[in-house]
Amino acid sequence: MASNASLRYRCQLWQTARERQPETHPLTWRLREDNTRIDLDDYLAKDGYAAVRETLGQQSPQDVIETMKTANVRGRGGGGFSAGMKWSLTMQGEGIPRGYLVCNADEMEPGTFKDRLLLEQQPHLLIEGMILGAYANNSAYGYIFLRGEYVEAARSIDKALAEAREAGWLGTDIAGSGFDFDIALHTGAGRYICGEETALISSLEGGRANPRTKPPFPGQSGAWGKPTVVNNVETLCNVPGVMRHGADWYQGLSGERSDDGGTKLYGVSGQVERAGLWELPIGTPGQEILERAGGMRAGKSLKAWLPGGGSTGFLLPEHLELPLDFDTIGKQGSRLGTGLLTVVTEEQSIVSLLRNLESFFARESCGWCTPCRDGLPWTVKILESLERGEGEVGDLELLQELAGDLGPGKTFCAHAPGASMPLSSALKHFRDEFERGVSHPSRAAHEDPIPVGNV
Amino acid sequence: MNQTVSTNDPTTIASDGDGFVLNEEDARAIVDERGHYEQPQAACIEALKIVQRRHGWVPDGAIPAIAEALGIGVAEVEGVATFYSLIFRQPVGRHVILLCDSSSCFLTGYDTLYAEFTRHLGIRFGQTTPDGRFTLLPVCCLGACDRGPALMIGEDTYGPVAPEDVAELLEGYE
Repeated sequence: MASNASLRYRCQLWQTARERQPETHPLTWRLREDNTRIDLDDYLAKDGYAAVRETLGQQSPQDVIETMKTANVRGRGGGGFSAGMKWSLTMQGEGIPRGYLVCNADEMEPGTFKDRLLLEQQPHLLIEGMILGAYANNSAYGYIFLRGEYVEAARSIDKALAEAREAGWLGTDIAGSGFDFDIALHTGAGRYICGEETALISSLEGGRANPRTKPPFPGQSGAWGKPTVVNNVETLCNVPGVMRHGADWYQGLSGERSDDGGTKLYGVSGQVERAGLWELPIGTPGQEILERAGGMRAGKSLKAWLPGGGSTGFLLPEHLELPLDFDTIGKQGSRLGTGLLTVVTEEQSIVSLLRNLESFFARESCGWCTPCRDGLPWTVKILESLERGEGEVGDLELLQELAGDLGPGKTFCAHAPGASMPLSSALKHFRDEFERGVSHPSRAAHEDPIPVGNV
Repeated sequence: MNQTVSTNDPTTIASDGDGFVLNEEDARAIVDERGHYEQPQAACIEALKIVQRRHGWVPDGAIPAIAEALGIGVAEVEGVATFYSLIFRQPVGRHVILLCDSSSCFLTGYDTLYAEFTRHLGIRFGQTTPDGRFTLLPVCCLGACDRGPALMIGEDTYGPVAPEDVAELLEGYE
């Protein structure tokens, strides 16, 4: 088993303890050099649950929401919607039942490996963020919706929940505040679509993970018809820092780099020297992240990159100098997404990569609505024929049309629009690569059809 | 699927024609899970996973048994059991290999790794080796992109795995 052990995957941050200071690295300063889980004692020794102690019963839930709005913590799952704004829209008050706070830990976005780090090594930070979120939103109960494959994270969360409950950070009358809240771990059974906010709620309720129409928004009517807040792991992990040090401090973390506040877990994967994760001020340019990764592997040059997962649009080397924040990347026809870069080298085929991406989205479609269910496999078929050099005249136009039909506003949820973004951006930036796959005249596939049922 | 036994005591539930009987310990675990949620339906996925942990997969007969244990419709359980990729509806090998085929692994050598698995095991995705040792399946991005290509065998995650590592890696799983 010795060789097996050396191949074991372990997630880690490529930053020394010296670099990670509490004032500048709120998400990761506590992480241990040996990459093991921070247990309750360690967490408490490093300022853990101080934000809960200082907030619950000391500030009103409305104050918490206001602080979060001012800090403008934008959704780190990739949506970029202000968490404070979301919280301000949660129904609460007389006659409205207490609802749920759900942590979206269903990390499956291609190229994304950041929440795993927080879940495995620092579950108490997430629990603290959830307690604060529950307090602000008057949530009675919390769920951590974790993808089933994150076995190590499940072990880590289970231990942390037990420790927190034992020490009174979960349960009744938390920290003597009179506020009651507890959390259960809910593990999934596969399917990317579970990460979509409303599909996640369907799955949590024990159904097929089909998304739901909005409105009503989950904050009005979510799990079991109660007000439900769904936030990403990294988003919730930002809350304790914001409540402890304030919105101004949070805004200041990014300095002049960005209008967005705070830090971000950035990362790179693909053919770089040292793929990995770093906590950096939001708005750090892609160039700096690529440099931290040691640049491209020897002999490789960068052709394109995805800024934050498979559902974001391709960018070019010239875009590396832009600050990686939600608005800047949005203006380039892409999205910041999860902020974990995927790099493509000069000799890697964009058409093949796109075939891989669209096959993923086709397989993971829940099948609820037509453009997604039928449009994605159709897209894959065209890409496969282009990849083989057997494309027909008109295929590029057809792909363009499909990209539009899969786009925003045409489907129930963001799955198909997410699939459309790399497609339309690849057609824009690398049209020549697609054209090279066209070798047949228009409608060639129809000239000699195989008789149906007579093969 | 005909339910032949009707009782409110979940620990004594027998089931339909497949002769599937819910293990007593599993039945208790399922009822326990039910307590975590506002509605019993929510425990459905976990119930399927409990059955799968014991049997390796979810036989048809387990569906009405779970429905009965949770007091929900058979069709509801069946609908869920056929939706999720990690619920297996046919027998699988003793060890399930989940090979990540998403973009980052695709860009770091997934194709040659998959080719090596098919060569070494003589099976493609969705198949089980004749000796019942391994089943090979693709999986959504495993969140191990910094060390792609990545894969899981059972509950263990590996990466990066080179084609030449495959034979020795699999030796660890009898």
